[in-house]
Amino acid sequence: MPVLARTGNEAMAEAMRQIDPDVVAAYPITPATEVVMIFSKFVADGLVGTEFVAVESEHSAMSACVGAASVGCRVMTGTSSQGLQLMSEILPIASALRQPIVLCEVNRALSGPINIHCDHSDTMAVRDFGWIQIFSENAQEAYDNILQLVRITEDEKVRLPGMATTDGFIISHCMEKIEALEDAEAKKYIGEHKAVQSVLDQSKPITLGSLDLQDYYFEHKMPIVEAMKQAKDVIVKVGKDFGKRYGREYGLIEEYKLDDADYAIVALGSTCGTSRAVIDGLRAKGEKVGLLKVRVFRPFPAEEIAKALSGVKAAAIMDRSDMYNNQGGPLFSEIRSALFESKQKPLLTNYIYGLGGREISLDDICQIFAEQKKVKESGKIVYFGVRE
Amino acid sequence: MDKKGWKELGFGDSVTGGTSKDFHTGDWRSERPIFHKENCIQCMFCWTYCPDSAVKLDENNKVAGFDYDFCKGCGICDHECPTKKEKRAITMEPERK
Repeated sequence: MPVLARTGNEAMAEAMRQIDPDVVAAYPITPATEVVMIFSKFVADGLVGTEFVAVESEHSAMSACVGAASVGCRVMTGTSSQGLQLMSEILPIASALRQPIVLCEVNRALSGPINIHCDHSDTMAVRDFGWIQIFSENAQEAYDNILQLVRITEDEKVRLPGMATTDGFIISHCMEKIEALEDAEAKKYIGEHKAVQSVLDQSKPITLGSLDLQDYYFEHKMPIVEAMKQAKDVIVKVGKDFGKRYGREYGLIEEYKLDDADYAIVALGSTCGTSRAVIDGLRAKGEKVGLLKVRVFRPFPAEEIAKALSGVKAAAIMDRSDMYNNQGGPLFSEIRSALFESKQKPLLTNYIYGLGGREISLDDICQIFAEQKKVKESGKIVYFGVRE
Repeated sequence: MDKKGWKELGFGDSVTGGTSKDFHTGDWRSERPIFHKENCIQCMFCWTYCPDSAVKLDENNKVAGFDYDFCKGCGICDHECPTKKEKRAITMEPERK
């Protein structure tokens, strides 16, 4: 397996090169620009056979993706923050049409105020659109997740679009060592794209996107519900198979030193890496601390999380975005809901942290673990590190 | 027509071709065109202009009336018909149901 030095963006572009999609329609936006910029170079250099559509906005990018998927193409794109917001009118159409579009998303704070750094407010804002959402902890996972997403989204039981995310600048622009697959192996791994239908198939004429009112709209939403249910098993199956083939296994969640842990941090994305380092240090001092990484946010692994946290005394749920509903961030809200029926559940504290790219350091995580020992009541919401 | 359950629907909101035949848009009509064969000069204007292909032709391709399953009563045929006021080939009447 080739070992490469790649930033998160370069790792995603590398995966795109190996996937060699039929169509990529994209518009640049910091910090995701490089993903499609590097990929457009691959197109110009003839390294891929992709039709690259340089559109005038992200709304057009996602529209072109839906169009290309409607004729049976394998389609990819990439964006971030405001770009994802501009796509958001089209995102639920892609899932309703059951189109396995793969999106390289780089998490960045939403305006305003305008900011280019990492938080999860952009990805969380589109969490209810029927897209699979996978968070990457580092560049290696970004690469692996994009490859797996092709298999997951194109699975006949799923056939939903999906996005794999990295944390803006923290992962997207940091150079790391990644193990890539050989080109031929990657090609074999993702396999041939098999379109279910095409609007250009004259032997089987169909209409997509027709008006659908009180009598059928509701019914047309149910396949998304069912596909999301099926997606859980498919993601686990694909993650296991990936581990068997290449040594890096993935699931819906990942437990790190959580087995006997009294105190846990639950997080998404790059903060999991920071937490691991702190946990190793605290474990060396004999403290029973662990990490629950939520890799997949959609579909939400509620039962798995409830089970994983059942032996923990107190857990800090780390949200890198807020919902402004006085109920905590999205990860917290969903986990609290997931634990409602559990007989054994930890005391929960919600830490809303790192908005607009505010750094979360090893010391911060240490402090959060220390605070867990003093938690008496569940449900407190902490705006971590914000100046009063 | 019995409504289908969600498991019976086409994949990804797709609808197979030709289903508009089952959807009688003539129900929407508030006025209906009446054909007066004796005044028709067979210019075919109504047939050309009809946006719903609802002008019926006979076996000799002569205008023979309207397909009321699909005529929405827009009145374009009446508007385009060049026959004189006292000898109209097409007139519009209010639809009564």
